[in-house]
Amino acid sequence: MAETLAEVQKQEVHGHDHDHHDQGFVSKYIFSTDHKIIAMQYLFTGMLMGVIGGYMAYVFRMQLAFPGISVPGFGQVSPGEYNSLITNHGSIMIFWVAMPVLIAAFGNYLIPLMIGADDMVFPRINRLSFQVFFISSVVLLLSLFVEGGGFGGAWTSYPPLSASGDYNLTQLGASLWLIAVALEFVAFLLGGINFITTLMNSRAPGMKAYDIPMVCWMIVIASILFMLSVGPLLAGAVMLLFDQTLNTGFYDPARGGDPILWQHLFWFFGHPEVYVVLLPAIGITVDVMATFSRKKLFGYKLVLYTAVATGVLSFFVWAHHQFIAGIDPRMANVFTVTTLLISVPIAEMLFVMIATLYGGSITLTTPMLWALAFLAEFLIGGVTGIFLGASGADIYFHDTYFVLAHFHYTFFPIAIIGTFCAFTYWFPKMFGKMMNETLGKIHFWGTIIPFNFIFIPLFVLGMGGQHRRIYNFEHFPEIAGPEYFQLRQIATIALLIMLAFQVVFFFNVVMSWWKGEKAGKNPWKANTLEWTTESPPPHGNWPVEELPTVYRGPYEYGHPDREEDYWPQNLPG
Amino acid sequence: MLELVQASTYAADIDRLILFIGVIVGVWFLLAEGIFFWLIWKFRAKPGERTQYLDGTEKNVKKWITIPHALVLVCDVFILVGAVSVWYDVKQQLPDADSTIRVIGQQWAWTFQHPGADNELDTSDDIFTVNDLHVEVEKTYHFQLESRDVLHSFSVPVFRLKQDAIPGRSITGWFTPTRTGEHDVQCSEICGIGHGVMAARIHIEDANTHAAWITRSSAATTP
Repeated sequence: MAETLAEVQKQEVHGHDHDHHDQGFVSKYIFSTDHKIIAMQYLFTGMLMGVIGGYMAYVFRMQLAFPGISVPGFGQVSPGEYNSLITNHGSIMIFWVAMPVLIAAFGNYLIPLMIGADDMVFPRINRLSFQVFFISSVVLLLSLFVEGGGFGGAWTSYPPLSASGDYNLTQLGASLWLIAVALEFVAFLLGGINFITTLMNSRAPGMKAYDIPMVCWMIVIASILFMLSVGPLLAGAVMLLFDQTLNTGFYDPARGGDPILWQHLFWFFGHPEVYVVLLPAIGITVDVMATFSRKKLFGYKLVLYTAVATGVLSFFVWAHHQFIAGIDPRMANVFTVTTLLISVPIAEMLFVMIATLYGGSITLTTPMLWALAFLAEFLIGGVTGIFLGASGADIYFHDTYFVLAHFHYTFFPIAIIGTFCAFTYWFPKMFGKMMNETLGKIHFWGTIIPFNFIFIPLFVLGMGGQHRRIYNFEHFPEIAGPEYFQLRQIATIALLIMLAFQVVFFFNVVMSWWKGEKAGKNPWKANTLEWTTESPPPHGNWPVEELPTVYRGPYEYGHPDREEDYWPQNLPG
Repeated sequence: MLELVQASTYAADIDRLILFIGVIVGVWFLLAEGIFFWLIWKFRAKPGERTQYLDGTEKNVKKWITIPHALVLVCDVFILVGAVSVWYDVKQQLPDADSTIRVIGQQWAWTFQHPGADNELDTSDDIFTVNDLHVEVEKTYHFQLESRDVLHSFSVPVFRLKQDAIPGRSITGWFTPTRTGEHDVQCSEICGIGHGVMAARIHIEDANTHAAWITRSSAATTP
């Protein structure tokens, strides 16, 4: 089957190639159907949104540490603006940074290259996906500047607050926010279809299911989870939009609706969503760890099966977000069981990653540092989750900064560390140049150390009873003491330091792109197929007659039958 | 660390559960990070040394994954038992009440309806206060939690108690204060631009002070 499809594909590539000579700038970079260009579009849009999300964090952290201060670059923060900042920070970082960068950008870039295909199976759908995503970003950013300001009902958007302009005072901002989120989901459904179909149908001859690099598997499993979970939320979003604009009463108890319904629809999507972004980050880090420890992945099938198990379980844990929301208290017991169970496959996955290091030969390059940091930091996020999954402890911790610190210890490793790991690892392939290692390491330490100084104080504050989404803690005498404010200030100053170090990263990218050392085809001596073509790869990825054939799995490092310590997938013999 | 007093019968139970989970996951965490960093050090690249070719399916190496894997499951069971038993006490069962109060959230204040001298709610001598809740120490209270507009969450950190308020529903819960004092009541579910000022105080009083407060408040409200 795979052979015949590849044959067909090769013929198509011929026709395809002839159409695409001498593209102008606009058709090459703006309306391109090339998966690599679309990946770049996603990557740079996502990074730009990340800068905006980081700026928002800077503004509200300044307000929290120094209440009433005129924040440089923003001014005084009003309660309404504060709510809008935290809402949009959360929405942006999850929907406009983590998803476009980890899934769309790296999925688009890596899947065809790593499975030896010339492009996605639906290049035009792929282009449409980015265009819809781009519109969604514009709508979201515009919503910040309409009358009343941007939506301020938290990224979870619980009705009745989100359902009526009388309550949230941001009628238009709330509707635009909702439309932006819905459009973003449409973009990722389109992209997801493409990833799944491409992985199933366009693999190089000889590439069997267990020869697929883990990062491709993870992105595709994530896309499947996303497709299965997003439907109820899209339906819920339409109902919420009707409540906002047509004055219906789906979530209004006075008219027979129920506000808790939204919470179920939201978290039925929202919890699998965590794994939608986690799995690609795990895929990236295991690939990088295998390369730089020169080790075969410890239990390829184990990682794959635990990913699937996690994915399946993630559909049965959503109500742990609602323990104290007024659901039947007996139901909390069921969801405590499922939530604690999900720690089993996740722990297994992390054990496998640790075990992969055993017997290896570890080089601490910048991408490897990011990969190892992912594991070290994500462990903190993982173990603190147990407190919140245990219903009895969650009574106290729910909606405190403990929760906030916990999920930043999961999302930061996923979205930020995962992105830097992938970016620094595949940069030579994407741009044909090596990144500067010294600057890379300065940036690494300048990010990781302050990161811990931001969120460890927030764990302590959460344990001390500090609750979330409060613009000025001076109104609560018990948590307004100097020792509380010191911790808040430590977190804010650490954030400033971390943000300052990002300048090093952007400088490094520009300088390396411009003047960096040429990378060659395979600078890391890695096995997977993307390293068998030019850096950067040409349109169509390989010359048609050189499309690769696969002879073995992706992690054959240190094989006893071979002199070199790596064995590329495409070499016969 | 920040100290927060325990002022309800179940505050100590919840703290104990948190400590119990903390010890279990703390041990796992330190072990995992310890092994992790040790492996990074031990297997750092050395010139001329070849890596081992293991794919994780060999029985003698796989046990290093399967045994911890099973232990995680065992720990989960212990945590589960602890979590559910605390949850059952706080949220699922309802001890008999000495008195019942009503807590009403609205944008952006808490209204407290106290039963007054006759200890019956919804009678003419009920005492209504805004942002000040008065309770007597060592008495078991039921609270009926309501909301007039959006979601709020009735949170009393010294009790370790939290419960969302939902418009259209009345949710019953309970607490028994164990020590006198004055503490914060928070709204911990975002409820609009005034969420950050929706602060109330709970006054836990001994029997005499509480009785005096009832007399004083009844006199004030009687025309």
